[in-house]
Amino acid sequence: MALSLKVNGKTVAPEVDPTTPLLYVLRDSLGLKGPRFGCGLGQCGACTVLLDGQATRSCQVPVGTIQGHAVTTLEGLGTPESPHPLQQAFIDAQAAQCGYCSNGMIMTAKAFLDKNPHPSEAQVRQALAGNLCRCGTHMRIMKAVLGAASGQGASA
Amino acid sequence: MSDPQVTRRQLLAGAGMAAGGLVVGFALGRVLNGAAPPATVAGAATPAASAAATGSATAAATAIPAVVATGTPPASQIDAWLSIGRDGGVTVYSGKVELGTGIETALSQVVAEELDLAVGRVAMIMGDTTETPNQGYTAGSLTLQSTVPILRNAAAATRQILMGLASSYLGVPAAQLTLKDGVVTGGGKQVGYGQLVGGGGLYQEIPAHVPVKDYHTYTVVGTPVPRVDIPGKMTGTFTYMQDVKVAGMLHGRVVRPAGVGATLKTIDPTSVGSLPGLVKVVRLGNFVGVVAQEEWQAIQAAQTLQVTWNLVHALPAEADLYKDLTSEKTVDKVEVNDGDVDAALKAAAKTLSATYTWPYQAHASIGPSCAIADVGKKAATVWSSTQGVYPLRDALAGLIGLPPDGVRVIYVEGAGCYGHNGFDDVAADAALLSQAVGKPVRVQWMRGDEFIWEPKGPAMQHQLRGAVSASGAVAAWDFQSWTPTHSTRPSGMPGNLLAGQLIVPPAPPAKNGFVGGDRNAPVNYTFSPRRVTIHWLPSSPLRPSALRSLGGAANTFANESFMDELAAAAGADPIAFRLRHLHDARAAAVIQAVAKLAGWQSRPSPAPGKPGQGRGIAFTRYENTLAYVATVAEVAVDTSTGAIRLLHVYVAHDCGQVVNPDGLRNQIEGNAIQSASRAVKEQVTFNRDQVTSVDWATYPILTFLEVPQVDVVLLDHPDQPVWGAGEIATEPTAAAIANAVFDATGARVRSVPLTADRVKAAL
Ligand code: FES
Ligand code: FES
Repeated sequence: MALSLKVNGKTVAPEVDPTTPLLYVLRDSLGLKGPRFGCGLGQCGACTVLLDGQATRSCQVPVGTIQGHAVTTLEGLGTPESPHPLQQAFIDAQAAQCGYCSNGMIMTAKAFLDKNPHPSEAQVRQALAGNLCRCGTHMRIMKAVLGAASGQGASA
Repeated sequence: MSDPQVTRRQLLAGAGMAAGGLVVGFALGRVLNGAAPPATVAGAATPAASAAATGSATAAATAIPAVVATGTPPASQIDAWLSIGRDGGVTVYSGKVELGTGIETALSQVVAEELDLAVGRVAMIMGDTTETPNQGYTAGSLTLQSTVPILRNAAAATRQILMGLASSYLGVPAAQLTLKDGVVTGGGKQVGYGQLVGGGGLYQEIPAHVPVKDYHTYTVVGTPVPRVDIPGKMTGTFTYMQDVKVAGMLHGRVVRPAGVGATLKTIDPTSVGSLPGLVKVVRLGNFVGVVAQEEWQAIQAAQTLQVTWNLVHALPAEADLYKDLTSEKTVDKVEVNDGDVDAALKAAAKTLSATYTWPYQAHASIGPSCAIADVGKKAATVWSSTQGVYPLRDALAGLIGLPPDGVRVIYVEGAGCYGHNGFDDVAADAALLSQAVGKPVRVQWMRGDEFIWEPKGPAMQHQLRGAVSASGAVAAWDFQSWTPTHSTRPSGMPGNLLAGQLIVPPAPPAKNGFVGGDRNAPVNYTFSPRRVTIHWLPSSPLRPSALRSLGGAANTFANESFMDELAAAAGADPIAFRLRHLHDARAAAVIQAVAKLAGWQSRPSPAPGKPGQGRGIAFTRYENTLAYVATVAEVAVDTSTGAIRLLHVYVAHDCGQVVNPDGLRNQIEGNAIQSASRAVKEQVTFNRDQVTSVDWATYPILTFLEVPQVDVVLLDHPDQPVWGAGEIATEPTAAAIANAVFDATGARVRSVPLTADRVKAAL
């Protein structure tokens, strides 16, 4: 069955079982590499995408339930040549080791900063509390998010 | 797969003859791709592609040649390690692989420095049995320390060759030549590196003595060059192992036994017969798997397949774990015995005795293990995040019945692994499933597979006894530990792979011997008499293997907690007490540096006043002879619940010459946070059959709400050798936290993790 989704601004119609979690559709059918499989249980955040602007765990969303909705993945924010300011802040802070968690961190932070452009450190910690990093790059991730926030503040 | 047996060396030699001797380097991949592309890989995962991708870590879709090695150049030759392409760019062949710790960038810096090239002109091929030297495993914090001198010499030797060739080509004495950005200039003329090294100029032995740059002139080494992989990782263009796709690839999942040692009772393939996309149910003894067209179909088939198992209750009751450790028959090894410890203990004014325990812990990688195998009748190609492509190749060859030369293992970076997790095992799963269906198969473990079946950092127990003299010095030290081996890596043996243990008859296991449990068992303090005894356990209920710092984490927890207990018994400040027993200027320097960073006030523990807040110190020297690290932890303890809040961790670190200070800080910060998580939260639980830590709810790690602030000070010694820093900062953290809890409350917790219950019980 063909479904209609809007992914990173393009309309796509993957031929999949509508119960398939969005994560597998993005990765396997659409070949995207930003959203990552970490747990499939909604516990780690590695699979986070924006669904109509909300940070959403794509491993928990059957694709058939979001027909016609807009999905933004890490690729939809920016490119290595032209990264989104938040991606640039992560690069500037060298806020990764293995980087497997970075997708979830950036996408969760994106949705958060869109609503809270000037957060405190405590608010950033709270916003990212459900995103796990095993490499221990938390300090740098907070620095990146706070750095992006102050950058956004300056340009806003 | 009937590809000709082509090696890089043969190909280079051929190119040399045909083209008048231009060394190819990255062009190699294109030549081979054109000749024999059996497997098209979407993404940038091929080593050749990542070689092309320095700077942005992106690359176009490319093909991986399934050529089979008959051998890489001898490691004594320059061309085993690097080549220069037509464009003057350098390709480095490293048997050590990038595990997300930044070594790719650091090694590039070393080569760029000696050759006066921009870091972006150095590409890296890491871990490929047809391309890179056999450097064993990427482990033990040894990568920089073992690889920097080799690459530095190989690059310096290349520099000499370039100068000699340029001198004759340009007719200018070598002394008047300068190298910069891939060009040799002199006498108003210039020539590029790529033009010069035709004629096989790099097929030379690396001389025993080759002039390397004076570190005073460094412009690249010692600077915080940004990591080459990070832009791609932050934008979704980097290709992890989990992202690799091979043309015609199917998806597999393994259905594991319901318990350790369980055997298959019944299997009903008809239970999945109607599922869409199912290709095959595979059964090989107790190894059960499914293969399907799509990944989600494979996951559903694995969940739906009806299987029952004969349970054997192979595990001890969790509550009896430590009783079992000390009641087992052990192989005892006395590592240090420099006086009559028993007599000294008897004669001493004050003696102490303490038992410490350390639990099974998981690597708990954020990305479950993944591999792809394409197994044909005569040859196989396997893409894997293994820490050792050669040992895995040999083990897989044994498992699928091919000669080692018929198997090519290509490393592709996965999620951080922190030691030996499931990456080797999943490659074996993929290989067996691919062999069963005759097509390439990708397997990614589910979260539960990873937690239940990855090898664990093993549980250990310690018994320490010691004495302090009337003058407050340590008068006797007696250390005993109970530990199994900390390595069951493949070592070329299929029986070391989970799948090899499940097939019938099981494959023979390797005799790895006793590894790693004794790491940092002896202390670097100078007191005597001392005795250090390791009671090696011949087996372990849960499969043990290398987890960051191996036995060093538990041994340092015991040693440095006990040092603190002795300091308290002597009424001494914990730092002054340590310094009194250390006669090594660099050891003292890291302790003094961390004291300064943390604003340490000299006084004995526990703290007077300010109940509930405390600080603790711990020190270690990696493997007793390498990098030095001292850590101070500050904690707040809720005395009504026992809950610990980690306020701050300070680390002072001396690993000799610093190649990339920011990369090093990143690594140290990560070690500090991960080891703090292990210290206060982590313990693998199990029942009589199976691990019951199956997800992030049952194996919680520190979250953003709980991580401490981490501050690091580096003690750089540019004139000294490079020592590795992959895991050393893991060792002191648990003791520093336990010592801080003691300082805060007067309560001594001797078991990791330092849970609220344990702290409360000790109060
Ligand atoms: S993979 Fe979706 S939350 Fe972990
Ligand atoms: S950087 Fe590796 S899990 Fe976060």
